[in-house]
Amino acid sequence: MARTLINVPKTAKKGEIIAIKTLISHEMETGFRHDNMGKAIPRDIISLFVCTYNGQEIFRAELHPAIAANPFIAFSTVATASGTLEFKWTGDNGFSATEQATITVE
Amino acid sequence: MTTVERRLVTVVAMICAAASTMHSALAADIPLEERKSGYEFMGRDTRAMQDDDTANPGMLSVLDGETAWQRKAGSAAKSCADCHGDASASMKGVAARYPAFDAARGRPVSLEQRVNICRAEQQQAPALAPESKELLTLSAYVGRQSRGMPIAVTIDERTRPFLEAGRATFFRRQGQLNFACTQCHDDNWKEKLAGSPITQAHPTGYPLYRLEWQGMGSLQRRLRNCITGMRVENYPFGAPELIDLELYLMWRARGMPLETPAVRP
Repeated sequence: MARTLINVPKTAKKGEIIAIKTLISHEMETGFRHDNMGKAIPRDIISLFVCTYNGQEIFRAELHPAIAANPFIAFSTVATASGTLEFKWTGDNGFSATEQATITVE
Repeated sequence: MTTVERRLVTVVAMICAAASTMHSALAADIPLEERKSGYEFMGRDTRAMQDDDTANPGMLSVLDGETAWQRKAGSAAKSCADCHGDASASMKGVAARYPAFDAARGRPVSLEQRVNICRAEQQQAPALAPESKELLTLSAYVGRQSRGMPIAVTIDERTRPFLEAGRATFFRRQGQLNFACTQCHDDNWKEKLAGSPITQAHPTGYPLYRLEWQGMGSLQRRLRNCITGMRVENYPFGAPELIDLELYLMWRARGMPLETPAVRP
């Protein structure tokens, strides 16, 4: 499982805009490079990132070969209810990683 | 022009040439209070990336290092933690002291070399390759334990000759461009090279995450970058010349806080 770092506030007021930051370790091999022998290095990237908040999708990003290694994705949402945020990255070669964070909304 | 006059012109030209060489040969060290970490040359965004542990990609490596610290390795089936225990206590300040003198080898060794000495002697495991992911995660994890602590290499009668050798390398003109490290990093750190700040070359955050590399790298990787740019025949990883240079640079940055894992453009 890929190493991830998630930053979600533990608590928030109802209706407050909260910042969410995610970082995941991934090579993001573009598929455009060649090794020392001239052989093409096959593409190996994360192609989709989805965040759900209590089961409802609130953010989605499609990633392409120009995205740097270890993609850092930051976005914001409105704190509506206490619950769980789930983060899912999927990509080439069956890559899949899931993380969760809980938030208490007062 | 008479022969005498011609001779005189030649002599004057030689004196001028000698004077211009002497100017750079006399390059002064940067006064202690004027020293700046590479951090201070960076843009706002890159600084923010380093300052936030959930945005700093070097922390991914530190977390991997935390796992590697507990992993048993080699025919002795020992982990780093089996001898050293809790790294946050046992490794505090260690990275700030490296390169450190190793009595058995009779010379200073870098932190990466120390890890491999431990692997060979304590874990009876094969050495980790230079710049390999596992070696960098371990040195990043050990380095992280000294974050904020002042750099303090030990200079005594045993290490002084190596410090002097490193200093000599720093001041020696070499390669096809006939450059010395000091010409950029002591004399012209206020200037730019191809649009980028030159910086003072203080190794305050190694191993660090360099955006250009899209990954972690040791100080030696950075030194070899610069050396290639100077068109000098490069030193292999772990070469005594590089360790001496590391020692000199760490001494030069003495007292500056360690930032490991730093982020650099």
